[in-house]
Amino acid sequence: MALTNDTIKTRLTQKFGEALTQWEEPFGMLSFTAPKDLNLKVLQFLFDDDELKFRFLTDLQAVHYPNDKGRELAVVYHLHNLVDNVRIRFKVFTDIENPDVFSATALYQSANWMERETYDFYGVNFIGHPNLIRVLNVDEMDYFPMRKQYPLEDQSRVDKDDEMFGR
Amino acid sequence: MTDKTADHIALPEGSIEKKTNTLNLGPTHPATHGVFQNVLEMDGERIVSATSTVGYIHRAFEKIAERRPLYQIQPLTDRLNYCSSPLNNIGWQLTCEKLLGIKTPKRVDYLRVIIMELARISDHLICNSIVGVDSGAYTGFLYVMQYREMIYEIYEEICGARLTTNIGRIGGFERNFTPKAWQRLEDFLDEKTGYPAQLKEFENLFTRNRIFMDRTIGCGPISAERALNYGFTGPNLRAAGVDYDVRIHTPYSSYEDFDFTIPVGTTGDCYDRYLVRNQEMWQSLHILNQAYKKIKEFKGAEAEVYHADTPEFYLPDKKDVYTKMEALIYHFKIIMGETEMPKGEVYHSIEGANGELGYYLISDGGRTPYRLHFRRPCFIYYQAYPELIKGGMLSDAVITMSSLNLIAGELDA
Repeated sequence: MALTNDTIKTRLTQKFGEALTQWEEPFGMLSFTAPKDLNLKVLQFLFDDDELKFRFLTDLQAVHYPNDKGRELAVVYHLHNLVDNVRIRFKVFTDIENPDVFSATALYQSANWMERETYDFYGVNFIGHPNLIRVLNVDEMDYFPMRKQYPLEDQSRVDKDDEMFGR
Repeated sequence: MTDKTADHIALPEGSIEKKTNTLNLGPTHPATHGVFQNVLEMDGERIVSATSTVGYIHRAFEKIAERRPLYQIQPLTDRLNYCSSPLNNIGWQLTCEKLLGIKTPKRVDYLRVIIMELARISDHLICNSIVGVDSGAYTGFLYVMQYREMIYEIYEEICGARLTTNIGRIGGFERNFTPKAWQRLEDFLDEKTGYPAQLKEFENLFTRNRIFMDRTIGCGPISAERALNYGFTGPNLRAAGVDYDVRIHTPYSSYEDFDFTIPVGTTGDCYDRYLVRNQEMWQSLHILNQAYKKIKEFKGAEAEVYHADTPEFYLPDKKDVYTKMEALIYHFKIIMGETEMPKGEVYHSIEGANGELGYYLISDGGRTPYRLHFRRPCFIYYQAYPELIKGGMLSDAVITMSSLNLIAGELDA
């Protein structure tokens, strides 16, 4: 029997109740939000459950929403059930002042560098990560460059006036 | 041959009895084919432990993309896996089309399949022949190289570029394939004088070659379970025995219309990876023949279609820009990046040459992506490298690296 988004949703709601919110299905991929202290429990449940079997971590990254106070950083997990070929996405929001999220490295070896990359660019502090150091940027860097407060171009430049074209 | 039973000598750094030496492999070592640094702890010629350092050519594509309209991001994707840029380009176009809700005509899908499979062949042939070079056999590399040249000439005929192609547009191709391009494709596919004959010869040189087999069998193996846990995808995962292929699992660009099989290995070592890639090239040739046949079956106006009808995102023909008002307006809007895209979150993945190449695009309804993340297969499976080479010889580490098909550009993004 093929696994459907409804089944996944029912199974997860049975286990976690009202803790999981913001159920959506953009472009057919089930997506939801979990509280940040539950992220590892959700991952573990999705991994262990005989029906769900989400045992492949496709991708892990962060997004910065500077205007959303108290929930500035989102860590996004993409999981894949290779047997039934279903993908899901779930997000964990965290405060930027205290960006501690539990690490998934105990469950997935592949999370190691993905979490290092996320730390490198967004400063998400993965608790329990064996070696949380920068991976792509230089070690001496003292800021997290993908956060939205670092604009790509120098905003004080006056020689480039794009006002006419709305940029 | 690899013997992995050696006991490791763990003594503190600087002690007189310390028997291991530290060796820096890279970042600019000729055998690593790219900028990779590995600090190896060697006991004689045997690797006791390894640490990988990456990021030497990191170019912040994800950050740059946050300031670019969709069509300007495509040249950035070229520079990920530069051995098969068309795959990255088309993957990006498909992601945009998914977000924008553009439906492409069948002929465009088939043209894309042709380009994607050519790119896959050009990537696999480089990888396999480099494994040959690293194990001391240069001939095979030179033999297949001229056929990569033929593939590049086909790209050149379609988009004008060879390596960083920037091929196609959102919605289709910038121009129809010329008769010369079709002629070159026919030359390439010719059973007697084209690539199939050359691939056969390449296989004769390597597949049952005693020296090549001794060097690669049992070298850098990984079990299916470990490979999945490490996030392996593509030929490297299939060599370990998992038949996961995005083309079959979530077909895109009408791959469901084609008949092909997924080759799988068993041990996940260098030899199996080599065999899987070779078989995939045969499958790609098979797909190419089918696609070419399907293209020839289109009649009338359908046979001339090479892009979807999406004037808001598809850059109009230059001739129309000078003569038609509407085309001029769209041209201006697209070039100046003034087209808003719909709000949404989309993850799309294609079967890249070395694994699942994914694009995670968040749009907040603006003109540029709010967030764009590339799932680069290289970056994810390179983590397993220290585990793969531990206990092996230094020369095995070099072969393992080339057989994983690591591309520095994709690794560092």
